Amino acid sequence: MTEISPWMALLGGGLIGLGSWLLLAMNGRIAGISGIVGGLLAPQAGEVAWRVLFIAGLIGGVALHHFLVAPEGSITLAAGWPLVIVAGLLVGIGTRMGGGCTSGHGICGISRLSVRSIVATCVFVGVAAATVLVVRHAVGG
Amino acid sequence: MAKLIAALAAGLVFGFGLALSDMVNPARVLAFLDIFGAWDPTLVYVMGGGLVVGLIAFRPTLARARPLLAARFVVPTRNDITLPLVAGSSLFGIGWGLVGYCPGPAVSSVVFGEPKTFGFLAAMLAGMLLVRLIPLPGASAPAAA
Repeated sequence: MTEISPWMALLGGGLIGLGSWLLLAMNGRIAGISGIVGGLLAPQAGEVAWRVLFIAGLIGGVALHHFLVAPEGSITLAAGWPLVIVAGLLVGIGTRMGGGCTSGHGICGISRLSVRSIVATCVFVGVAAATVLVVRHAVGG
Repeated sequence: MAKLIAALAAGLVFGFGLALSDMVNPARVLAFLDIFGAWDPTLVYVMGGGLVVGLIAFRPTLARARPLLAARFVVPTRNDITLPLVAGSSLFGIGWGLVGYCPGPAVSSVVFGEPKTFGFLAAMLAGMLLVRLIPLPGASAPAAA
């Protein structure tokens, strides 16, 4: 894994905040990815196109970076297929049940000083760290 | 039309930020979550950068009567800590910790063409549909976040 300087990470995070703020200031919507994707599963009039375009932008932003800035960049998904499927199911169920994910609760919710989002973020970061602890250090692997 | 361009632009900036900070890489995220291993603080800086912008910019924006291009803000108003909020966030945390993918990075890292990314997305969508088909009593409104 390549080194990421703290400044690059801060700048990346700042852009995530800026993108979230743009969607709020322009369209009045929360940039919660699970909510935006989830809303496409029960399409309502006037609620489809902006979601599709936001997601297209999200993918486009990563593509721009990958093809123009860091073509050597890669990702590592070490987990095997069964774990990937179980994790996907849990993330899908959990984010809809809990009303948000890292973006909606973690960035937008905390920025609004929402008590629900602060609690949700503490819970999912804590549980995720505990999960990694169990998988990597207790079970081994 | 302007709203659609704004949504695309917001997504582009957000996605570029995810890529620049390597949050699209599950290994990077797992290295942050691995507090007792070779801890990688990158995600702290990413959250920090996002929250500095958000905490400064969201409040004055939400104090306005309406967004620039729409009739009103669609923002959650609830304040109660509910079982679905805590249980859902816990399930999400387990899934996030197992693989290192949360929804934004999972969706946007399709760029890298890793087959397991698509498998994760298919399972995630199935999980979301499941919640929609089996509504939980007192569950958070779908528009929440």
